[in-house]
Amino acid sequence: MKYLDEYRDAPVVRNVLAEIKRTVTRPWTLMEVCGGQTHSIIRHGLDQLLPEQIELVHGPGCPVCVTPLELIDKALVLAARPDVIFTSYGDMLRVPGTFVYAKTGTQANDLFSVKSQGGDVRIVYSPLDALKIARENPYKTVVFFAVGFETTAPANGMAVQQAAREGLDNFCVLVSHVTVPPAITAIMEAPETRVNGFLAAGHVCTIMGVGEYRPLAEKYRIPIVVTGFEPLDLAYGILNVVKQLEAGAYEVENAYARTAPNQGNLAAQKVINEVFEACDRAWRGIGVIPQSGYRLREKYVKFDAERRFPDVGAMQSIESDICRSGEVLQGLLKPDQCPAFGKQCTPLTPLGATMVSSEGACAAYYKYGRIQD
Amino acid sequence: MTTINLTNFVCPLPLRRYPQIVMGHGSGGQMMNELIEHLFAPVFAGAGQPVPLSDAAVLELPDILANGSRLAFSADSFVVSPAIFPGGDIGSLAVHGTVNDLAMMGAQPLYLSASFILEEGLSLETLGQIVQSMAAAAQIAGVRIVTGDTKVVERGHGDGLYINTNGVGILPPGINPTPGRVTPGDVLLVNGPLGDHGIAIMSLRAGLQFETQIVSDSAPLNGLAAEMLKACPDLHAMRDLTRGGLAAAANELARDANVGLEIEETAVPVQLAVAGACEMLGLDPLHVANEGKLLAIVPAGSAEVVLAAMHNHPLGQQAALIGRVTETHPGVVVGRTAIGGQRVIDLPAGELLPRIC
Repeated sequence: MKYLDEYRDAPVVRNVLAEIKRTVTRPWTLMEVCGGQTHSIIRHGLDQLLPEQIELVHGPGCPVCVTPLELIDKALVLAARPDVIFTSYGDMLRVPGTFVYAKTGTQANDLFSVKSQGGDVRIVYSPLDALKIARENPYKTVVFFAVGFETTAPANGMAVQQAAREGLDNFCVLVSHVTVPPAITAIMEAPETRVNGFLAAGHVCTIMGVGEYRPLAEKYRIPIVVTGFEPLDLAYGILNVVKQLEAGAYEVENAYARTAPNQGNLAAQKVINEVFEACDRAWRGIGVIPQSGYRLREKYVKFDAERRFPDVGAMQSIESDICRSGEVLQGLLKPDQCPAFGKQCTPLTPLGATMVSSEGACAAYYKYGRIQD
Repeated sequence: MTTINLTNFVCPLPLRRYPQIVMGHGSGGQMMNELIEHLFAPVFAGAGQPVPLSDAAVLELPDILANGSRLAFSADSFVVSPAIFPGGDIGSLAVHGTVNDLAMMGAQPLYLSASFILEEGLSLETLGQIVQSMAAAAQIAGVRIVTGDTKVVERGHGDGLYINTNGVGILPPGINPTPGRVTPGDVLLVNGPLGDHGIAIMSLRAGLQFETQIVSDSAPLNGLAAEMLKACPDLHAMRDLTRGGLAAAANELARDANVGLEIEETAVPVQLAVAGACEMLGLDPLHVANEGKLLAIVPAGSAEVVLAAMHNHPLGQQAALIGRVTETHPGVVVGRTAIGGQRVIDLPAGELLPRIC
């Protein structure tokens, strides 16, 4: 496949792996921030090909994993309303919440269950599809689950702008946007952090550029390499982090310049700034990280589902005390070190989102671990 | 006293010529009989062999049944949406699905039943088109549709139409592909590129357009399977790769045979357009559905002869050897990745869900 096969070329990847082996002299712990990178590392078996001294820990960059339980429950409650059509990207439909369906008294702990009990839940591939549904169903309120990092925020913001232009008053968004740099700060500020270097998420930098990482690299004296998602991208990113660590350097490097220009995508940034403003936000399993989320600006607040349905806005939820996905998301615990891993918690009976999401570290470990059984 | 004039009286209740299915078409009365007589029966009738309209078909099974052959019997239901898609429709799919289920047991499919659950409001034109397509598919596969059933459900209670097909076939003596015979050292063969059907359907549902139109691979595999069995009567196991794709079939075989399977990912044929769509949607082509693909497990010594037989058949021209059976990691399917790593190829947990980013 053009533009893709080149980045999966086995001899080229092997050369980079050999160079990593030649370069590394002592143990380093690297964190890949993005769930897409975790998924790719496991899918291509890259982790097994690295020298033993390099330990990869998985970061909080899976939007499905870090969406707080409270927002999942809010989504379930909204989706169960007879006057609502609830729209979402596909991978949010299996994330477990704690909502009990009032009509039947049975637990409907994910959006698929709510759908099976009569909720109008629809998978969309773009927020613009949700707008279309709103146009076609003027007597229902269409709620779109606006989940994701800086990568999905521009399209979600554009949908809100478009709804405002068209006067589509039956459209609103349940916002769960989070941003990467405050998460890196939180990980580095944690006293028990083991991370020596970061592979920054290439897609996020495609939108936001690399500038906001420089103060972080400087402050924490830590190398940050903007890295793509193919095996060669990841191997090359790891090599660059290791080279810096071995040389005692702590630069921001862009190893994904073919897609992520240094200044990012200015038009997309403009949409984000126009529609959203930074706010404190809870990350599932981690807690509140200051200024780490987006909420709608006052100008667009009538499109905020939590304002439109105040009873939902006021909801609070309590997490399972067995699930330790928060420590997994911070790179403090390997998934298979969690006592519930593979026992109470499997992809079919997930306690936390890291097990349910295809990008979740626990789900990836569950699959990989089975080879060694 | 009012006089009622009944001269030239015409009942205002229209009985026939609805352009859509109405509840009466499932009533068991005249309207249903008309539907069967005029829409189903003439289309399903073979050359000179009208479909009997009695409650059950009486089957003429070939004499070989007496010679140690066995009867194979299979059932399947079809609920695909949309009902008509690039490369096929629910009708041809309903024939191929049951034909393939029989063929994967090594049986020669002979007769099918066809039962319809129709939703009030379905256009008769669409139904006619689908029924014609079923008949054409049956003719190509060499099977006859000999009995069936029709029910109508209220609007909103069905997705246009559902079809159920049952089939019987003859399993010759000595032919017995079954997971119990799978042995370490055997090799894995597929008959062509994977994922076409699932991506064709998914792209239609999502309104996605690709440079190359992706067309379902829906096809009857009985002819191909017969050629493979002729080349290697000792063929150990076969599965058609439907929902869950290669991953599901391989996992079922690994579990049932209690062996490990190893798949060389670079050897698995996948069309460029399908691979691209999977990248875009965040799906693994090994999890995506097919309707004209099979996985065969054959003794290593027979690999070449079976592959040659596959390559000589129109549905096997891109057949490939994709892996082997191992003693290690029983019950688990492992992929050898392009860069030399390995990963578990797992069953998808549920419905395939496109990723956010």
